[in-house]
Amino acid sequence: METILVALAGGLVEAFQPLNLMMILLGCTVGLFVGAMPGLGSVNGVAILLPITFLVPPTAAIIFLAAVYYGAMYGGAISSITLGIPGASTAVATVFDGRPLATSGRADKALTAAAIASFIGGTISVVLFTLFAPPLADFALKFGPAEEFALMVLAFATFIGLGGDDIPKTIFSILVGLVLATIGLDIISGKPRMVFFDIPGFLRGINFLVLAIGIYGIGEMLWTLEKTGGNVIVHKVKMTWAGFVENVKSVKEYIKTTTLGSVLGYFVGTLPAAGATPASLMAYGLAKTFSKDPDSFGKGNVSGVAAPEAANNAASTGSMLPMITLGIPGSPTTAILLGGMIIWGLRPGPLLFTEKPDFVWGLIGSLYVANVFTVLINLAFIPIFVRVLTLPFTILAPIIFVLCIVGGYAPTQTMHDVWLMLLFGIMGYLMRKLNYPVAPAVLAIVLGPLAERSLRQSLLASQGDPLVFLERPISAICIALAVALMLYPVINGMLKRRRAAQAE
Amino acid sequence: MGITRRLFTGIAAAIGMTAMVAGAPGMAAAEWSPKKPVEFIIMAGTGGGADQIARLLQGLIEKKKLSPRPFIPINKPGGSGAEALRYLKDKAGDDHTVLVTLNSFYTTPIIQKDLGVDISTFTPIGRMALDTFLLWVNSDRKEISNLESYVKAVKETGGTWKVGGTGSGQEDSILTAMMEKEFGYKVTYIPFPGGGTVAKNLVGNHIDSTVNNPAEQNEFMRAGETKPLVQFTPERMAAYPDVPTAKELGHDIVYFMQRSINGPPGMSKEAQDWYINLFKTLFDSEEWQTFCKEDGLTCDEWVAGDALATFHTEQARRHKELIEAVGAAAITGE
Repeated sequence: METILVALAGGLVEAFQPLNLMMILLGCTVGLFVGAMPGLGSVNGVAILLPITFLVPPTAAIIFLAAVYYGAMYGGAISSITLGIPGASTAVATVFDGRPLATSGRADKALTAAAIASFIGGTISVVLFTLFAPPLADFALKFGPAEEFALMVLAFATFIGLGGDDIPKTIFSILVGLVLATIGLDIISGKPRMVFFDIPGFLRGINFLVLAIGIYGIGEMLWTLEKTGGNVIVHKVKMTWAGFVENVKSVKEYIKTTTLGSVLGYFVGTLPAAGATPASLMAYGLAKTFSKDPDSFGKGNVSGVAAPEAANNAASTGSMLPMITLGIPGSPTTAILLGGMIIWGLRPGPLLFTEKPDFVWGLIGSLYVANVFTVLINLAFIPIFVRVLTLPFTILAPIIFVLCIVGGYAPTQTMHDVWLMLLFGIMGYLMRKLNYPVAPAVLAIVLGPLAERSLRQSLLASQGDPLVFLERPISAICIALAVALMLYPVINGMLKRRRAAQAE
Repeated sequence: MGITRRLFTGIAAAIGMTAMVAGAPGMAAAEWSPKKPVEFIIMAGTGGGADQIARLLQGLIEKKKLSPRPFIPINKPGGSGAEALRYLKDKAGDDHTVLVTLNSFYTTPIIQKDLGVDISTFTPIGRMALDTFLLWVNSDRKEISNLESYVKAVKETGGTWKVGGTGSGQEDSILTAMMEKEFGYKVTYIPFPGGGTVAKNLVGNHIDSTVNNPAEQNEFMRAGETKPLVQFTPERMAAYPDVPTAKELGHDIVYFMQRSINGPPGMSKEAQDWYINLFKTLFDSEEWQTFCKEDGLTCDEWVAGDALATFHTEQARRHKELIEAVGAAAITGE
């Protein structure tokens, strides 16, 4: 413990070096905007900025990139809330409740919640990182294919088990997502699957962000058009100091889900191959399941914003653990950071902690500082971001439309994805009209490929014996939790009915 | 006869020299350079050998300011590189896309015939390195200390021995199939999205062995978590003086992987020359040569352009033979 504190103090001193401090400030600000731009997520941001880091020493360089990564996690929430377009894949879950809050004139509350939850998520995860890095690295090693699959089952269970929603419709939505997730090349044999009309674009599979932007950006726009009939509506947004204090005070509404989301996000982040997107979706599912008022989710519950935002920040810290200790990126962004480390002559692996303590602890120290900076910068910008909503919808709609197209085109730079996105937009609109929940479909397309891969790997390894998921302790626990989560609403419903009957 | 041959060689050399001077990279570079960011496609997942190489090269390009536009590494690991090959094919005529290859460059089009990719149509740029393979097990396996005890252990499991790899049709699956044939055992091959993940699963004991490249395994070896048993090179590498080669032990299994850079079909001559010049500079750089030495790569000979095309043709032929010998089914696991 003492050695950790000494090392951490050293790391903080390192982070407060003028150059490093400047890097944190610059990185957080750049990241905020990178994250807020649809289509320009932390992956692209870090990739584009990587070359700049050759001008400074490695520690300053990784601090800068980590700050960008971090800032982007905060920034993703901004366009999710104000425009209803997920700024990055990690912020998709933020749209679920962030957008309804914004349209009902409470954008400032949602943005404040996102910033504060991100701060809490970031802080909890970096403390966990500091205290338990080596044992957690060992824990991550225990996660083989069977455990990964069990975790995915758990993630799906959080969505099926959502109280309030029509369960058959939820399952249908998950299945639609799973079918879409199988498009492309088979993970194990490499054979093409479901390549419709032999269009080569389908070989690449469906990009998750294309689906998310389509459903939320375009779909939501169509829905609003129908609802308002083209009438001009202007949201009144008042920003006062008292309102701000009120918003900050409302943290107690969501502190529990935020803490839960943070811890969950951190653990999911530390597992190689998972990353911040699944973490944020799972945190949302959990927040809804354990909420006293699950029906309000998706209609503007502030916990629905806080949980995924806490989780994605926590996961971004968490995913640095396998990067440093195993040399395996926990997320696409850390994959690029890893590349940077190799270029700077650092060899990530089990020995990095002991051989380059200055570097590792400098990075950890900088995460503490970055966290404080980003929340301050973010809170300071909220009045500006909120002003976006004062634009009449007739002006905002074309802007959203253009941003959606840019966001759909940017990741792969093919028109194929833009057409797909428009198609998903119409699909999303119809699903909404028919009252189908779309969030489960989004979850399924993110987790589907991960679940499929780990399921098939496990079954290959066990010679086709499905009991492998129950024989291994960690996976058995996850499966048991999943079953409990799925039954929770049913039992809860029964209890309620019994109570109601008794009352009569 | 001797004189004529010498004369002929001399003339050929002279012509070659003239050709080299005429196509001097410096001149070509002045005529063409990237107008937008270059897509640097990696036909494997993140954390693997190809990925590390691409990211190092990208970094060096930036550091040395060799390109007016950045190189953006993009992983397209799907279907043992099929995704990347198909992508490159569809980019025909594009001057802003290059591919870092593995041997699945040869094997995937042979195994997946309906992919419709003919690698001889791609534009050859340069060969950066030859990568090597070793057989690795977790250091906890005290009972396995050499090839003999390894083979014994595999045979005892009767087919449930789990070998982790990066995908059916990738070079490690070919090497695994070659070993199955040579030693007369069967294993269960489990594909993972990249060499880094394979290494992690070996350390976590989720798989029993792998034939990873040195770059993917070295840090775990240094930490004492995994150990090499055999190397599949013609001679012992300087990095592993104590590890015997399969050849020494009387098993003729030698296998290399090329790391080369290729463009899509129909890339313009000017662009091809520019890229050849760029990667030659990188190949000769001190950083690259140091990286090769540390990672057990062989980087002695620079092969570019038409010479690389010849090399590809020869390698594609050899892989076809190998696949026929062990059977495509043994590699794809069908």
